[in-house]
Amino acid sequence: MAYNLKNEMNKPERFNAGHRLCAGCGAGIVCRAMMRAVNPEDKAVICNATGCLEVSSFQYPYTAWDDSYIHTAFENASATASGVEAAYRFMKKKGKLGQDQNFKILAIGGDGGTYDIGFQSLSGALERGHDFTYFCYDNNAYMNTGTQRSSATPRFASATTTPAGVESVGKKQVQKDLTQIVVSHGSPYVAQTTMIGNMKDFHEKAHRAIYTEGATFVNVLTPCPRGWQYPAENLLEICKAAVDTCIWPLYEVVEGEYHLTYEPKKKLPVEEFMSKQGRFKHCFAPGNEWTIEAAQEYVDKKWDELLEKCR
Amino acid sequence: MKKASEINESIPWQEMTVGCEIYEPGTSRLTKTGEWRSRTPEWIEEKCKQCVLCAPFCPDSSIPVKDGRRGDFDYDHCKGCGICIKACPFEAIKWREE
Amino acid sequence: MSIRERLSGNEAIATAMRQINPDVFAMFPITPSTEIPQYYAQYVADGRVDTEFICVESEHSSLSACLGAEAAGCRAVTATSSAGLSFMNEVLYVAASSRLPVVLAVACRALTGPININHDYSDSMAERDSGFIQIYAENNQEVYDNYLMAHRIAEHPDVRLPLMVCEDGFITSHAIENIELEEDDAVKKFVGEYHPENYLLKAENPLAVGPYGVSNYYMEARVAQAHAMMNAKQVILDVAADFEKTFGRKYGLFEEYMMEDADIALVIMGSSAGTAKTAVDSLRAQGIKAGLIKVRVFRPFPAEEIAKCLVNAKAVAVMDKSEGFSGCGGPLFAEISGAMINEDKRPKIVDVVFGLGGRDFTVKAALSVYDRLIKIAEGGELGQVYSHLGVRT
Repeated sequence: MAYNLKNEMNKPERFNAGHRLCAGCGAGIVCRAMMRAVNPEDKAVICNATGCLEVSSFQYPYTAWDDSYIHTAFENASATASGVEAAYRFMKKKGKLGQDQNFKILAIGGDGGTYDIGFQSLSGALERGHDFTYFCYDNNAYMNTGTQRSSATPRFASATTTPAGVESVGKKQVQKDLTQIVVSHGSPYVAQTTMIGNMKDFHEKAHRAIYTEGATFVNVLTPCPRGWQYPAENLLEICKAAVDTCIWPLYEVVEGEYHLTYEPKKKLPVEEFMSKQGRFKHCFAPGNEWTIEAAQEYVDKKWDELLEKCR
Repeated sequence: MKKASEINESIPWQEMTVGCEIYEPGTSRLTKTGEWRSRTPEWIEEKCKQCVLCAPFCPDSSIPVKDGRRGDFDYDHCKGCGICIKACPFEAIKWREE
Repeated sequence: MSIRERLSGNEAIATAMRQINPDVFAMFPITPSTEIPQYYAQYVADGRVDTEFICVESEHSSLSACLGAEAAGCRAVTATSSAGLSFMNEVLYVAASSRLPVVLAVACRALTGPININHDYSDSMAERDSGFIQIYAENNQEVYDNYLMAHRIAEHPDVRLPLMVCEDGFITSHAIENIELEEDDAVKKFVGEYHPENYLLKAENPLAVGPYGVSNYYMEARVAQAHAMMNAKQVILDVAADFEKTFGRKYGLFEEYMMEDADIALVIMGSSAGTAKTAVDSLRAQGIKAGLIKVRVFRPFPAEEIAKCLVNAKAVAVMDKSEGFSGCGGPLFAEISGAMINEDKRPKIVDVVFGLGGRDFTVKAALSVYDRLIKIAEGGELGQVYSHLGVRT
C-alpha cells in the first residue's frame, strides 16, 4: 500500500511520551517511526544496546515501549536478539504461539553499540541469518557518555576525545562505512536513511527491512543537538543537508542490488552540512580551509563509488 | 501483576518487581517531561492545514493525531525542542511569547 | 530403573541435557567444555531433541543469547570454561540481576597466564560474586545428578537465579567412569516444564527487562537478589530431598566425611575430595581422627552449617584450588574463615593453595597436609597461614 502520512499517524503510538531523551533528540523520532513500521496486528520485541536510548526509554519503573523490551548490555543487542529469535522459532515450532500471534524481533543501538563495541555480535547475528532487523541510530559519537569519538564520527568533527585545538582539527580518521560492511555479510536487505520529507523514505525502508525474512539492517543518521552543537529545532534542516550534500546518501541494497532512493537535484557543497554544527566550527577558521576541501573530496569519492554500484 | 503506578521510591524492597521487570505498556507516560520545557510551542489552529507533517518529527510523541487531524500539544510531555515549528510549512506553530 | 553406563563428565552433562531437552542452546567452543555442545549437536542432527541450537561467535554472545531466549520464555542453556567464563563475566551479572534462570555448565579450568588448559577453579571462583548459584561435583555421577536438579532450583519462584553446574576440567569432564543414568521419562518428569509467569513473547501483556535503576531503586533490587540467593539454600535442599526420593541418591549443601569426632579436617571441593577421602581412610586406619568437608554448594555458601560442623575440630586446612591473589589466601579460605569468626570455640585454620593449572594432587600430598594439621592440633606452630602445596622452592 502506498505510503500515506495521515494513515501512519493515525496508528496508535508504540513509543510513548515521558521517556527521558534530551529535548530534540533524533532517537525519539527514530523509535516512533520504527514502531510505526511494524504492522499493527504484529507484536514486537525490542532488544536495546546500552546507550542514551536505553537509559532514557526504560528507567525503572517507566518503559516508553508498548511492546516487549529487553536490555542486557552495551555490546550484545544482536546476540540477545539472536536468543529471542531462537526462542520465537522454538515457540512457533512447538505451537506455543498461535498462527496469528506474530512477533517481529528488532534490535536497536547507537553507533557505539553498533559500529564499535557491538560490531562482533552484529556480525555474528548477520552471518547466522536470524530473522530480525537491526536499527542503528547513528549519532556519530558516544553521546551517552558525552560525545567521545566513535568509528562513526566523521573526519574533522570535534569530539571530547578528539577535540579541535591548536594542534588538532578534530577526528583524524574518516568514518567506518558500516552499511557497506553489512552488505558484505550478504544480508537480504540493508538500507541507509534519515529523517526527511514526510518520513516516507524511513518508513518504507524500515517496513521492508522488518518484513524481509533474515537478518536485515537499517542505518539511520540521527542528529544529536548536544553532541553536534546546533539548536534542537534545526534537526530537519541538518538531515536535509546531510542528504543533499551526499554526506549521508539514501539508498537500499536488496539481495545485493543497490538502489539509490534519493538523488539531490543539486548536490550541495559539504559546508552546507558542516557550517550548521558547532562540532565543525574550527574547520571554518582561517588556515583550516583545507579540511573542508578534504571533506569534500572524500564525500565526492564515496558518492561516485555509490553511484557506480547503483548503476 | 504489579503496576508501575504502584512502584515508587518509598516502597520496601519486597514490593519491587522481580528483576525490576515491568509488565505493562508505555508506563513512561507517568513521567511528566513537560516540566523540562524552557520554551513552549503553540499551535495556531486557524493557520493549520492539517498536513500533519509536524507529527512524525516530535521526539516526544506530543502531537496527538486522530482521524488524520492533529490536536493540541500534549504539554505534560512536550519538552519544547521546537522541531515541529521548523517542520510546519505554514507557520502554524510558533514559540509562545513569555 | 537406573541404567548403568560408562561416561565422561561432559557426556554425562550432554546426556542430562538431552533428557531435559531444553528449548534453546547457544554454544561457543572452549576446552575442556567443548564436547558438551559437540555431543549435543549430534543429538540435534539425529533428531533426538527439539532444541534450537545456535552456534554463536563468542561466549559473551552465547550467554547473551541465552538471556534473550530465557527472557523470551524458554529454557536456555550453555556451557563454557576458563577464558570463556571470564568473557561472559559482564553478562553473568546481568543474568543474575535480571533473574533469568539460565543453566550454565562449567568445566572448570585455569585462567591465563601462562595459558593453560588444565583444571583448577580460577574461572568459577572469579565469578563467585556474579549472583550465579554454583554447585560443584566430585565425579561424573554427581555432575549428572547436579544437572538434573539444576533447572528446578534455578527456576523456583523463590529463587529465579542462574546456576552454574561445575565439573573439574579433564579430571571429571574427560575421564570415563561408571555412572547410573535415569530413564528419559523419569528425568523429564522430575525436571518438569518451564512456565514463567511473564515473558517477552507472551501475547497477553508485554514484558520489559533490564531497566536503568536509579539509586533509590538499585539497592532494593540488590537486596531482593541477595534474598533470592539466601532462599536458594532451602530450595537446593528441597530439590535434593525429592531427588533422593525419586532416584535414591542423597545430596546436601556439603558432604561431611568422618567429621563427627574429627580433630583435624580438610575443607575441599570437587574431584580432589575423592583423593583426600583415601587419605582420611588411611589415617582412620591408624586411629587418627581425620575428617573432611567437601563443599558442594559454593553459592549460596552454607556458612552456618559448615561452621557447626567445624567447631569441634582442632586444626583445619582449607584447600583452595585457585589463587585469589589477595595476598592472604584463596577464596574458599576467606569463606571458611568468615564462617568461623563468630564461633566462641573454633579450630586453627590454615589455607593451602594447591593443584593450580592441573598440578597433580595425590593421596601422599593430602597426607602431608594432614600431618601438618596433626602437629598444629597437638599445639605445634601454626606456620604459614597461607601456603602453596607441591610448589618447587
